[in-house]
Amino acid sequence: MTIRYAMVIDTRTCIGCGDCVVACKTENKTPVGLNRDWVVEATRGKWPNVRTEFRSERCNHCSNATCVTLCPTGASHYWRDTNIVLVEANKCTGCKACIAACPYDARLIMHPDGYIDKCTFCHHRVERGDDPACVSSCPTQCMHFGILDDAGSKVSQLLKTRNYKALMTETGNEPNVYYLT
Amino acid sequence: MDRREFIKVSGVTAAAATVPSIFLSGCSTQPNPGEGEVTATPTVCDICFWKCAGHVYVEDSVPWKIIGNDEDLHSNGRLCTRGTGGLGAYQDKDRLKMPLVRTVGPNGQQIFREASWDEALDIIAKRMQKIADEHGADRVALLNHGAGASHFKNLLRGYGSATFSAPSYAQCRGPREVAFQLTYGEGVGSPDRTDMEHSRCIVLIGSHIGENLHNGQVQTLTRALENGVSLITVDPRFSVAASKSQHWLPIRPGTDVALLLAWMNVLISEGLYDKAYVEQYAMGFEQLAAHVRQFPPEWAYLQTGLEPELIRETAREMAKNAPATLVHPGRHTTWYGDDTQRERAIAILNTLLGSWGRPGGFYIQEKVKLPNYPLPDYPKPKSTFKVAHGDDYPFATQPVSNAVIDASIGDDAHYKGWLVYGTNLPMTIPGVRPKLRQAADSLDLIVVIDTMPAEVTGYADVILPECTYLERYDELRNAAEREPSLALRMPAFKPRHDSKPGWWIAKQLGERLGLQKYFPWNDYSEVLDWQLKQVGSSLDEMQQIGVKNFPRKTPKYFQAGEARRFNTPSGKIELYSQRLADRGFDPLPVYKRPPERPDNYYHLNYGRMPAHTFSRTTNNPLLFQLAPENTLWINSLVARQWKLKTGDSVRMQNQDGIVSKSIRVRVTERIGPDSVFMAHGFGHSAKQLRLTNGLGADDSALMTNVLIDPIMGATGMRGNFVTFVKNSEQEHA
Ligand code: SF4
Ligand code: SF4
Ligand code: SF4
Repeated sequence: MTIRYAMVIDTRTCIGCGDCVVACKTENKTPVGLNRDWVVEATRGKWPNVRTEFRSERCNHCSNATCVTLCPTGASHYWRDTNIVLVEANKCTGCKACIAACPYDARLIMHPDGYIDKCTFCHHRVERGDDPACVSSCPTQCMHFGILDDAGSKVSQLLKTRNYKALMTETGNEPNVYYLT
Repeated sequence: MDRREFIKVSGVTAAAATVPSIFLSGCSTQPNPGEGEVTATPTVCDICFWKCAGHVYVEDSVPWKIIGNDEDLHSNGRLCTRGTGGLGAYQDKDRLKMPLVRTVGPNGQQIFREASWDEALDIIAKRMQKIADEHGADRVALLNHGAGASHFKNLLRGYGSATFSAPSYAQCRGPREVAFQLTYGEGVGSPDRTDMEHSRCIVLIGSHIGENLHNGQVQTLTRALENGVSLITVDPRFSVAASKSQHWLPIRPGTDVALLLAWMNVLISEGLYDKAYVEQYAMGFEQLAAHVRQFPPEWAYLQTGLEPELIRETAREMAKNAPATLVHPGRHTTWYGDDTQRERAIAILNTLLGSWGRPGGFYIQEKVKLPNYPLPDYPKPKSTFKVAHGDDYPFATQPVSNAVIDASIGDDAHYKGWLVYGTNLPMTIPGVRPKLRQAADSLDLIVVIDTMPAEVTGYADVILPECTYLERYDELRNAAEREPSLALRMPAFKPRHDSKPGWWIAKQLGERLGLQKYFPWNDYSEVLDWQLKQVGSSLDEMQQIGVKNFPRKTPKYFQAGEARRFNTPSGKIELYSQRLADRGFDPLPVYKRPPERPDNYYHLNYGRMPAHTFSRTTNNPLLFQLAPENTLWINSLVARQWKLKTGDSVRMQNQDGIVSKSIRVRVTERIGPDSVFMAHGFGHSAKQLRLTNGLGADDSALMTNVLIDPIMGATGMRGNFVTFVKNSEQEHA
């Protein structure tokens, strides 16, 4: 893997509006009721000492993706020489091994046509130099996308200068979606 | 104890089974999106009044997506959730498809039957002519919302009426506009002239930006957050904005004026106000100072429940950052019947901070000087909307919709006919359903022009199906903004079914009423082209670019020390309002205690959710997937007392015994134990809205205690309390 793409999402400005969900839905023409990304609200404390965080979540495009390792047909694979994890519809038998293998709430979803569909980091846009649909629609501009190994990229800069977390790093999957806190 | 509550606020999958398919599922070869033949057509979003410009993309003749226009100041290239889901409005299977005419069915019951456009338009024109002949043309009112109403205003002006009533006035933004007009001689306007991107301190008092997704508001507030703005949010609920704030003031509901007076008290008693600004631009400071001396933070504490030290600290924070401190005027401002006075307090507080006309406060708007298409003069109407108000509401600058409805009831009522354009009255005006039934009995004609079979269509004699904003031309967007700019809405698709654009409907009615001279063109695009050519553009050009920005000709802010005359009787900013005093109102804002909460009842607070524009989008198949119903927020203490848990289904009963539809409970620490909160716009009862019908509850049905603002007629909706009626087990299933 020579290129690691990362998404960096600022929870200080995310408002939980769900535009990222609708933008993904229309861009990628996902089936009714199935979404590749979703928004979580986490509230802690007791009124009136409360804190709330909104997080737009999706596949973490793990550098060490258990879904790829455990896919029996090779349908789950890394796109070119990157960390973008895709599913090859023609090879996917719908056995759901990857669903069990993914440690995240990041659920892969069953497309009505019988294969597992998931977030692609909009590789068809990335290829053209565009941001993923969710990133480019977010009205608060709290989402950022770029190459992690490029020290000058916005995502690298943000991770250098801000506090952040990733989800369930203890799994060893090496997730590439980061949340600024 | 740390409590943790995870809620998937969007990306709901549970509703999948009930949703009709609107996208073709991908074929197994999985072409990547955008590899086919793609076209992009300019549009101006109509999902809310913010009117963002964007492009509608079509791939291989299939509607694909809507993306913001990068040149557009309203959207900055990014639509909000609802605008991104705008295709759902076009694809909605439940749209109105044919004109419908009320008739008597085989069993004597009233039903709608399908009719041709000719027949439907003939019926309307005949009845309008009869009303004009027997009573006068001024007896027909337009109740309206949205840009498309302009075509029907033209029609009615030509016909001889001048009552155009937007519920968004008396049910929403009116008190704010009147209060700022009284104080500064001009209102806040749309888009709100807040300069948040330059603010160093922002006070939100009655504004849940982030849950209301007014695009520019969200974007500029976010820019301010990135710049480290000091955000102070006053809200009894831990709103999204509160969660981003340095200071959250969980105020006792209904006591905002007490807090505002105490803030003024601190600014004046500690000498923190902008003396030079007040001296140069304002009048009435002595009276104000004497007035607010009575209201120190210790007094406000007893009303608001907010610690005096917190009130002082936040006042100093505002002063420290002034004049780049914005006390946001809010938008939905119709709460307790003293709303003009509350908004006056906000306007005055901004004067003390010197923020009106200053960077980080309120900027001066400018729009394009766009000539109107030349039309003959309109006849002078025999009466104005003031007839509907009688001696009431002396400061209303627009007709109060509830007063228009009252003036439509009874045989001797003033109004004899209504055109209802784009507004779902029963779910917009609090507690109005009984009156709508009475008005429907009295009126000779009710025409509803809409895209969806919303509840209001049930009162109509004739229903006309308009095509959606994605299928039509409308007037150019020429909003007063940071920079003058024009934006074009044009058809991206042919009208579906037998729906028609508003301009066509108005023109057809005009021709039948002998008013063709007000429609001297074949297609509305001719009007747009003519107007655009007057300002150096053309329809051709706008069809390519969608948005055209023009350089400002006037300064965006007051110049340092500049002499200014305000459009008020004194020519000054009127802290003390002689105009109010002359009509018997308080010349300075006075605190009124809100209605007492009865035991075991809770304040009924309501607001927006980001996925919807109230009842207008709940059936939108894309947005429905995001938020199919509303929930009732209650605090865990309330939940324990009533043995309720998240997901339980309850009904509410208000102080007058009115019982709501079922709604699911959300137990959350984001609300205190004295109130409940729900998003407005759910609880539909129209069976034809097949997705949303029966889901969630409607707060406006519970608003039987309407507190009218005597200054301008707004309907205060916050004086209502609810308790719980648990649903039986059967209903749970
Ligand atoms: S669009 Fe942006 S602000 Fe809205 S939920 Fe998604 S990430 Fe958050
Ligand atoms: S988040 Fe799950 S689906 Fe995505 S790459 Fe990691 S293991 Fe695979
Ligand atoms: S704010 Fe959202 S709904 Fe309103 S006009 Fe803009 S994109 Fe449309």
